[in-house]
Order: sequence, then structure tokens, then C-alpha cells
Amino acid sequence: MSPKKQTPSQTVGPFFSYGLTPQQYGYDYSDLGSGDLVIDGTEGEVITITGTLFNGDGAEMKHGVVECWQADNAGKYADVILKDRFSGFGRVGTGRGEDSRYSIRTIKPGKVDSEQAPHITLTIFSRGLMHHTYTRLYFSDEAKANALDPLLKQLPLDRRPTLIAQRIEEGTEIVYQFDIHMQGDRETVFLEF
Amino acid sequence: MNSFTPKDTESHPPLVHPLYKSSTTRSPTKDPVIVPQTITELTGPTFDHSSLPDHSADLTMNGRKAGEPIGERIIVTGRILNENGDPISGAMVEIWQANAAGRYVDREDQHHAPEDPNFLGAGRMITGDDGWYRFLTLRPGAYPWGNHSNAWRPPHIHFSIFGPNIMTRLITQMYFEGDPLLQHDPIYGGASEEACVRMIADFSMEHTEEGFALGYLWDIIIRGPKSTPFED
Repeated sequence: MSPKKQTPSQTVGPFFSYGLTPQQYGYDYSDLGSGDLVIDGTEGEVITITGTLFNGDGAEMKHGVVECWQADNAGKYADVILKDRFSGFGRVGTGRGEDSRYSIRTIKPGKVDSEQAPHITLTIFSRGLMHHTYTRLYFSDEAKANALDPLLKQLPLDRRPTLIAQRIEEGTEIVYQFDIHMQGDRETVFLEF
Repeated sequence: MNSFTPKDTESHPPLVHPLYKSSTTRSPTKDPVIVPQTITELTGPTFDHSSLPDHSADLTMNGRKAGEPIGERIIVTGRILNENGDPISGAMVEIWQANAAGRYVDREDQHHAPEDPNFLGAGRMITGDDGWYRFLTLRPGAYPWGNHSNAWRPPHIHFSIFGPNIMTRLITQMYFEGDPLLQHDPIYGGASEEACVRMIADFSMEHTEEGFALGYLWDIIIRGPKSTPFED
């Protein structure tokens, strides 16, 4: 038995914007992570991941936060977050009012090992959520790698599509659509490790 | 083989907790899928001091526009530890909170209580070798909310922690010893009786600074490496 026990998790509540996502909402405080991971010199295919968080009634959820963690173009995770290097870490709020979409501009990650398909971990926090949930985003144009991915293979066939972001090319922009359903028939697969 | 301890479901509140109304539609009802820990999970964002703005651990300074913020100064300090009791150095600790009157800077907060133009209510720091964090701030006020009739949130400070990897991520709230509102709060009370007391900071004379600020002590426990089993 462990000598210490974990501190309970709590919700972020509704009033986190000025602390967690200040620049997105116009507060005078610096960001720890933002919705744009691409900086000068970042190598790789620039993509935008966008989607909506839905609750069990099918309504768009504001007061949510999505954090991403991903490898770089070569499949390597950053050792430390520095402003002049690709960090692989981002954080966005799910918007307010009518437009509750989140959006992350980044690059498509490389393979992190020989088995796993390219993927991005998303961690979700929100008002009404007592403990964050983890999920993974995979890419629809990586069908071959996805078919061999150990994590995806572990899931029932009918739930695998909840983790696949759909590639849409809008002019020169490459967009991946990834909605997250917190609850209900289409509930996204959430992970624990 | 998984090398970090799992989420301790007995320590954390259930995701759907009907007394906290918004949890009923905004939380998963299916069981999470347990997957192996890979390089993805065993890494995570690590920050250095370039992520810290000026006075970021002093909330009585970092929001000043034209003078001092109003309220009772407090020092909130403690260690980030893992379940084995090891101090976690290099952990990013972010906090945010209401002002002394129970009003957030957030523009959506419409509670009829005074704003404080000199108080932002957000800060961050990185733990040292010994795992200690320390913030100078103001004691936040209680505020009403719409969850049920005559509902009040007990004074609290939101804490966000980045440990050595994404599995050790934690967002929680710190409460104050002896607060009569705790027994009425469904967010605090979402965790078991035994677990929720781990969110309470104790008044500490040792950390109180004479003539200046009251001290509160609160250690935060995150997931850690699995201990190696002894061989028989």
C-alpha cells in the first residue's frame, strides 16, 4: 500500500479563462499554452484540429478546456517547453456564446515508436467534470497505420471511429474535424492508463 | 508493463455526482478503457522559468494597476509529492481564485460583489528540488452559485499541477481548515469523506510571517512510479 494517497481532483468550474486561457479571452496575463503550436522553423505538415465538445443532451459545451500533447514531425516528444522550439503542448478553451468550437493549429506528429499510429493525446477539463478525461486523436488518412495500432485494436469496432479525426482540405488549409461527445450513444472513448 | 500507479478511483470523486447538477450531463457514463502506458503517457509538458511572468507567485503584486489589492494576505505553501512520498521538483503549479469579496476577474462572473482593479487572482510557479511551492495571495471570499437553493461555494483556490508526465496531471481545489460551508458544498463533498479532507489546507503558525501574512500548509499528492516489489 502506498504511504500517501492521491489528492482528489475537482472541476475547473466556469471561471478559469483568465488563469488558464487568458490570451484567448483577452485577459492581461501570459499563456502557458495556446491554440497555436506552430512557430518559425517548425517542420512538418501544418494542420488545424477543430471540433465541438457535446454534453449528453447533444448541446455544445462551453466552459471546457482541451489540452493537447503530441510529438514533433520526427516522432519525438519535447523534453522541456521552450519558446523557440516546437513544444507539442497546447491549451484552448471551448469558446463562449454561440460558437463553442475549439481550434488548435499544429503539425501532424510523426510515429513515436514502431507500433503506434500517429496520434495526439487530448485532456479535457470542464465545468461539471470532476476529474479530467483523456482521449486520443488519430488521423483518418492513416488508415493503414491505424489498423495496426495496439490501442485502437483494443477497442470494440463500433467505438473506434470516435477517436478518428476526419481530414478535410479547405483550399490550402488542412483541417481535421474531431468532435468530443462527453456522454450518450456517441460517447467518445476515454482512456485511463 | 505499466510503470506508474493508476488513477486511484477511491480518492477521486465519481464523474457523475447528482448533487453537483451540471456533472449529470457533462461527464462520461461509460467506463474508461484501460490501455498500456507508452512513451506518450510517460512523457508530458515540462516547463522552465521562461514560462513564469514577473511576480507570478505573488498575487498581491502581479495584478496591480494603481495600488494594493484589498484583503487579508495569506501565504499558501506546501509540497508536491507522489504516492511514495517523494518530492516532485520541476512541477508547474498554477492557481486561480476569486478576490477577497468572492468575485472573479472573469467577465462572466456576475456576482454582485466589488471587483478589485488591483487583483488578477492568477499565478504560477515551479517547484524546487525539495518539491515546495509557495504563493503569497489574498484569502478568497465565498460566493453564491446556482446549483441549489441558497448555495454558496466555500472559499477555495483552484490548483493545476503538471508533474513528470501527462498521467500525473491534476486540477483540484484547496479549501480552508474549519470552514462551515464545506459540509454544504457538493463539489468538495463529491469525494469520499476520507478523501475530501486531503483538499483542506491547515493554518500554520510556522509559515505565518510576523506582522505580515497568515500561513496555510497544503501538500498535494499525485500519481507516482510503482514501487518495485521485493523478491522473496
